[in-house]
Amino acid sequence: MQKKDVPQDLGALGKITKEISYATDDLGKYVTEQSVGWDVKKTALDAAWGDIEKRIEQAKQKVWNNEASPILYFMEKGLMDVSILAGYTGFAKWRVKRHLKPSVFKKLSDKKLQAYADVFNIKIDELQNFNPA
Amino acid sequence: MKVDFEHIQAAHCESGVTRNLLKHIGVEKITEPLAFGIGAGLFFTYLPFIKVNNAPAFAFRTMPGLIFKTVCKSLDIDVVRKKFSSKEEAQTFLDSRLSEGFAVGSQVGVYYLSYFPKEYRFHFNAHNIVVFGKEDGKYFISDPIMENVEILTEYELERVRFARGALAPKGQVYYAKLNHPVIDEKIKQGIKKGVRKNIFNMLRIPGPFAGVNSIVYTGKKIKGWRDKYGLKKSGLYLAQLVRMQEEIGTGGGGFRFMYAAFLQEAYMFFQNDELLKVSEIFTKAGDLWRDAAVQASGIYKGRIGTQQDFDTMGDYLLEIADVERNAFKALSKMRF
Repeated sequence: MQKKDVPQDLGALGKITKEISYATDDLGKYVTEQSVGWDVKKTALDAAWGDIEKRIEQAKQKVWNNEASPILYFMEKGLMDVSILAGYTGFAKWRVKRHLKPSVFKKLSDKKLQAYADVFNIKIDELQNFNPA
Repeated sequence: MKVDFEHIQAAHCESGVTRNLLKHIGVEKITEPLAFGIGAGLFFTYLPFIKVNNAPAFAFRTMPGLIFKTVCKSLDIDVVRKKFSSKEEAQTFLDSRLSEGFAVGSQVGVYYLSYFPKEYRFHFNAHNIVVFGKEDGKYFISDPIMENVEILTEYELERVRFARGALAPKGQVYYAKLNHPVIDEKIKQGIKKGVRKNIFNMLRIPGPFAGVNSIVYTGKKIKGWRDKYGLKKSGLYLAQLVRMQEEIGTGGGGFRFMYAAFLQEAYMFFQNDELLKVSEIFTKAGDLWRDAAVQASGIYKGRIGTQQDFDTMGDYLLEIADVERNAFKALSKMRF
């Protein structure tokens, strides 16, 4: 890649910091050049976020249909999966999976709910009375 | 207090941290590309059975932590590396090293990294920063991908040091200690070792999951994605590939340009023209990776999406595999 071809399409990161790219100058020597972003990268990130939004929406539906507990919704919203959530709560993965079932969730102690609420940075009440914005 | 430390922006976090930490202890000649090359940083892997953010895992570089480790080992520099189970202990250790005048490398997760733009904050735990001072309960942070010095509170730093999930940092910190000056001869040996190691990693690891073989494997698989996963999902998988290749911290072209820069710098030590020729091959590989990314973006944007478009995408990777195989073969035949 030549220095003049380093893309300059302003993206989310470019507003905060410029990235460094390695590119060649007129003599073919490598130099560093700052870039404010590249459309190809920006749209790749958009695609990933589009998928996340979709997963959050699906989780919301599942909770409303009583197919999953509210933990699923907040887990997706926090971009987590079962193993990350297990890491943050300290519960074993198989327990987190069980807590995703509405029937098991209803019987959870306040202490366990608090552990989830802390990780999601919400109040217990938001788990018990599911009503997402 | 603030340690005598210069924040220099880099393309990639780990090679940048390595360069900056070495400069801090007086090793001036190791640039970012040299750190990347001596650390045998170039790689490719596709692990279809491991999912990261609901898409398969790709990487264009070696395992996190390996670059710093390899560079210091090659240059005979002592490394102190420590993980913690207690958060208090982790902070006490960091604070006392700072007061002794060490700048300290730290592995962190980016999800809670407050100065990062929200769009980039995923549960990725192998980011590297340098902590180089503390005043009024706030730490001075040199994050190689940021232009300027950043600030984190005690709580903010603790949170990213103790991020959970895959590759959890467990408060890991590391720093280098110089026991004797690094002479040019040592750097030359380090370059040779790094190149040899990279040849091994890219050409000689058996199976389809590592190196050039893995690029071929990925290329062939991509041709089948459209039928297997449908347009939407395969678009997401391609977006994941492009993000790993071009996202923050790669220097573009899946690190291939940085490796080409490394070979040019290696030339300064050896004056062997072959190094410059191979450098050009890596530039070509980097350019091809970028062309492939443009093709992939057509698919995940929904602009194109026929089977022929997927075939073209796969063929790009097959061509890249050829180019990179030839480049590493040329390096393996070199006497320098």
